Amino acid sequence: MMSADLNIILPEIILSLYALIALVGAVYTGKDNLAPMLVWVTSGVFVVMAIWIGTSGDGSLPAFYGMFQNDAFARFAKVLILISAAAVLVMSEGYMARRDLLRFEYPMLVTLAVVGMMVMVSAGDLMSLYMGLELQSLALYVVASLRRDSVKSTEAGLKYFVLGALSSGLLLYGASLVYGFAGTTLFSGIILAATEGHLTVGLLIGLVLMISGMAFKVSAVPFHMWTPDVYQGSPTPVTAFFATAPKVAAMGLFARVMFDAFGGAIADWSQVIALLAVLSMFLGSFAAIGQTDIKRLMAYSSIAHMGYALIGLAAGTQLGVQNMLIYMAIYVTMNVGTFAFILSMERDGQPVTEVGALGMYSKKSPGRALAMLVLLFSLAGVPPLLGFFAKYGVMLAAVDAGMVWLAVAGVIASVIGAYYYLRIVFLMYFGDEREDALDKPSSSVLSGFLAVSALVIVVAVFNPLGLTVHLQDSAEAAAVSLVN
Amino acid sequence: MSNLLSIVTFLPALAALILAVFLRGDDAAAQRNAKWLALIASAATFVISLFILAQFDPSNTGFQMLEEGEWLMGLSYRMGVDGISVLFVMLTTFMMPLVIWASWDVKTRVTEYMIAFLMLETLMLGVFMALDLVLFYVFFEAGLIPMFLIIGIWGGKERIYASFKFFLYTFLGSVLMLVAMIAMYADAGTTCIGGCDVSLLTHNFASDDFSVLGVPIVGGLQTMLFLAFFASFAVKMPMWPVHTWLPEAHVQAPTAGSVVLAAILLKMGGYGFLRFSLPMFPVGSEVMQNFVFTLSVVAIVYTSLVALVQEDMKKLIAYSSVAHMGYVTMGIFAANQQGVDGAIFQMISHGFISGALFLCVGVIYDRMHTREIDAYGGLVNRMPAYALIFLFFTMANVGLPGTSGFIGEFLTLAGVFQVNTWVAAGAALGVILSAAYALWLYRRVVMGDLIKESLKTIKDMTRREKLIFTPLVAMTLLLGVYPAPILDRIGPSVEALVAHYDTSLESAGRGGNSNRVAEAEAEVGH
Repeated sequence: MMSADLNIILPEIILSLYALIALVGAVYTGKDNLAPMLVWVTSGVFVVMAIWIGTSGDGSLPAFYGMFQNDAFARFAKVLILISAAAVLVMSEGYMARRDLLRFEYPMLVTLAVVGMMVMVSAGDLMSLYMGLELQSLALYVVASLRRDSVKSTEAGLKYFVLGALSSGLLLYGASLVYGFAGTTLFSGIILAATEGHLTVGLLIGLVLMISGMAFKVSAVPFHMWTPDVYQGSPTPVTAFFATAPKVAAMGLFARVMFDAFGGAIADWSQVIALLAVLSMFLGSFAAIGQTDIKRLMAYSSIAHMGYALIGLAAGTQLGVQNMLIYMAIYVTMNVGTFAFILSMERDGQPVTEVGALGMYSKKSPGRALAMLVLLFSLAGVPPLLGFFAKYGVMLAAVDAGMVWLAVAGVIASVIGAYYYLRIVFLMYFGDEREDALDKPSSSVLSGFLAVSALVIVVAVFNPLGLTVHLQDSAEAAAVSLVN
Repeated sequence: MSNLLSIVTFLPALAALILAVFLRGDDAAAQRNAKWLALIASAATFVISLFILAQFDPSNTGFQMLEEGEWLMGLSYRMGVDGISVLFVMLTTFMMPLVIWASWDVKTRVTEYMIAFLMLETLMLGVFMALDLVLFYVFFEAGLIPMFLIIGIWGGKERIYASFKFFLYTFLGSVLMLVAMIAMYADAGTTCIGGCDVSLLTHNFASDDFSVLGVPIVGGLQTMLFLAFFASFAVKMPMWPVHTWLPEAHVQAPTAGSVVLAAILLKMGGYGFLRFSLPMFPVGSEVMQNFVFTLSVVAIVYTSLVALVQEDMKKLIAYSSVAHMGYVTMGIFAANQQGVDGAIFQMISHGFISGALFLCVGVIYDRMHTREIDAYGGLVNRMPAYALIFLFFTMANVGLPGTSGFIGEFLTLAGVFQVNTWVAAGAALGVILSAAYALWLYRRVVMGDLIKESLKTIKDMTRREKLIFTPLVAMTLLLGVYPAPILDRIGPSVEALVAHYDTSLESAGRGGNSNRVAEAEAEVGH
C-alpha cells in the first residue's frame, strides 16, 4: 500500500530530492559559479518530468487515502506548470547573470516552488492543500526579494510576504471552519457534507474565507493589491515566473477545491466567483490604461486575464473547467513571449521598463515588433489569434451555463482592455522616434522564445498536426476527471 | 477541386507568410521582389477564383461548394458561397491585383505594405465565404488589424488620429455584434449560418414583444438582435450618422488603402445586412424598416450636400460614397426583388467606380502631392487621357445611363418606390445632387485654362496607369449596357431571400411586402 502511494507521488519526491541535493552540493562546492549550469539542468529536469507526467497512465490514482490525487486534471496542470517554469528559468539565465543576480539558490527555490505547485493541484485534503500552498508561497517570497540591495525588490518581497501571510490566515481560518462543520479534512468527506441548499452557516463562512484566500493567490479583485507592486519590484525574470506557473497552480487549486470539496453546492459559490471574475476583468482593464511601466501594465493585464479564466470556473460545468484550462495554457504561452520581449528591453545594458521607450520600435527591429504585435493583439483577444479562442471558450461555457450576462460583461471588458494593448502597438509602429533608443537585443535565447511563442499563437489556430485539438482533448479529459 | 474556396481564401495569406519569412531588408531588390510576389499572388487568386464563378450554379439557391471541417473549441470551419456572396468574392479578387499594381510607387516599408494588403485580401474573402458565425466574426474583426496599420503607417499627416478613429468606431460596433452572436447561439443552439441541418438562416428567432425597464420592444428579441448587428454593419457601411470615420480614414489612407476601403471593405456592411439582418431577423427588419429608410434618405441628401462644399478631393468622393451606400441600405430593406437586386448591383458597381475615382485622385496626387481642389485646374490641356478617364468615372458616379451606376440606382429606387413612395422621391433628389457635386469637381479640376505655374509641367498618365484603369472602364461599361451577368447570378438567391422574408413575416403575423403590395393594389382597384 505504502509503496503504491509513494509510487504515485514519485515525481514530487524526485524533484524535492533533486532540489535538496543540488542545494547542499552547491553550498559545499562552487556556489554561484554553478548557478548557470544549475539553471539549465533544472530546466532539463522540469522538461523530463513534464514528458514523464504527460505520457504516464490514464485514470485517477488517489494516494494516502485520498490526500493526494493524481488524475488527468492534476497531470494537465503539472505539465503546464513544469513547462512554463522551465521556459522562464532558461529566459532568466542571461538577464540575471549579467546583473550579478544569478545565485545558485534561485533555481533551487524555483524547484521547491514548483513542487509546492504540483502538490497544490493534486491536493485532496485541506492539509495537503495548505502544505503545497505554503511551500510554494515561501519559496516565492524569497525569490521576489532576490535583488537584496534594491529597496524596491525587498519591498516587493516584504509586501508579498505580509499580504500572503494574511491570505494564508484567511484560508486556514476558512479551512478550520470547514473542518469543524464537516468533521473531516478530506475533500471526499467535505463534499458529502456540503450539498446544494444545505450548507450550514459554518461551512458557508468557511467556504467564503477559503475563496478569499485562493482569490489572493490568483490575484483576483478585490484581493489583487499586491500584484502591481510585486510585479514591478521583483527582478523581471521573477515577474515573468510569477505571471505564469504560480497562476496556473493557483487556478488549478481553486478549481480543485471548488469541485472536489464543494462540487455538491455549485449554485452557492458560482455567483461569488462570477463576481470576482467581473471585478477582475473590469479593474484590470481600466487600471492598466494609465500605466507607464510595462511590468505594472502586465500585472493589471494578468489580473484581467485571471478574471476571464474565472468565468470558466464560475460556469460550474465540465465545459467551463475545460475551457478554463485551455485559457490558462494559452495565457501562459502569450506571457512567456511577452516577458521574453520585456526581458530584452535594455538601454546601455540597463533594463528599461518604461512603455514610452518603445517609440517607433518597429523601424529598428521589424521582426521583433511584429512578434510583439501578434502577442499583444492576442492578449487583447482580437481574432484570429489564439487569445480570441481562449476568451471565446470561457464565454461559451458561461452562455451554456445560462450566465449570458457574464459573457456580455466579458465582451465589454475586453474592448476596454484592447485599448492599452493597442497603445503599445501604437507606440511601436506610429510613436515618436526617441533619441535614447533601446539597444539592439543581443540575447538569441530571448528572441527565440519571443518568436516561438508568437508563431504558436498564429499557427495553432490552424490546428497543425492535430496538436491544438489534442490540447483540447487533454483539457477535456482533465475536466472530466475533476467534474463528476 | 473540393477545396477551391479555401485555396482562394488562403493563397494571399500564404504569399504574405512567404514575404514575412523570406524577404528581409528594404533595399531596391527586396522591394521589387515583394511587389512582384504580391502582384502575382493576387493575380493568381483572381484566376483561381474564376473557377468559382465557372462552377457556380445560379439556379441553386442554397450554399454551394461547401467545405466543412472540425476546428478549435468545438467550432467548425465551414465555407460556401451562394448567389448573394459569390459576386463579392469576385469583386475582391478582381480589385486586389489592381490595387497592388496601383501601389507600385510606394517607397517606405514595401514588404510590410504588401503583407498587410495580402492579409487583408484573405480576411475579406473569408468574410464573404464563411458559413459559421464565429468564423465570420473572426474574419470580420481581423480585417481591422491590417487596415489599422495601413492607415496608420502609410497614411497622410493626420494618419494616427484617423487610424484610431477607424479602429474604435468599427471595434465598438463589432463588440455589440459579438454580444448578439452570443445571444443567437443561446437561442438557436448552433453557430452554423447555412448549409447544415440546423442553421441560423432557418431558425426562427423569437419575435414576441417584450419590454425592457418599461420600454416596450416591438419584435422582441429579433429587434434587439437586429439593432446589435445594425450597430456593427451601419458603422462599416457606413450610414449617417456614424459615417464620420470614413472621410477621415479615406483622406489619410494611401491611395490603395482608399480603394480597398471604398471598393471592398464598405461592402462588408451591406453583405452583413443581406446575410444576417434581413433573413435572420425579418420581424426586426420590418419593425426598423422606416428607421433605416430615414437614415438612408438623410445620408443620400445630407452627405451629398456636404460633398458639395468639400475642398479635398478624397473627402468629396468619400462623402459621395456614403450617399451611394444610402441607396444600398434603402434597397436592401425595401426587401423586394428589385430593391435587393439593385442593392447588390449598386455595391458591385460602386466597387469599380469609387475604386477608380480614388485611383484618379491618386494619379494626380502622386504628381502634385496635394488633394486640394483649388490647387488644380485646366488639367485637360496637359493630361487628355486622364481627363477622359476621369470624365468617364465622374459620369458613372452620377449614374449616367449606359454605365453600371445607373442600373444600381435605378433598381434600388424602383424597389423602394413600391414600398414607400416618399422615400423614393427623397432619394431621387440625391441623383440631382450627385450630378452637381461630381460635375462641379470635374469642372474645377480638369476644365478651364491651365494657369497654375506648378501644373505647367505635369505629365499625362503612364502606360501602367492606363492599364490599371482599362479593366475598370470595361466592367463599368459592360455592366451598364448589359447587366445580365450579375442579375442572372444573384436573381434566384435574391428571390429565395425575399420569399423567405415574406413567409417569415406572415408566419409571425405581420404581413410582408406581398401583403402590403396586394393591399395597395386593392386600394387602387377601388
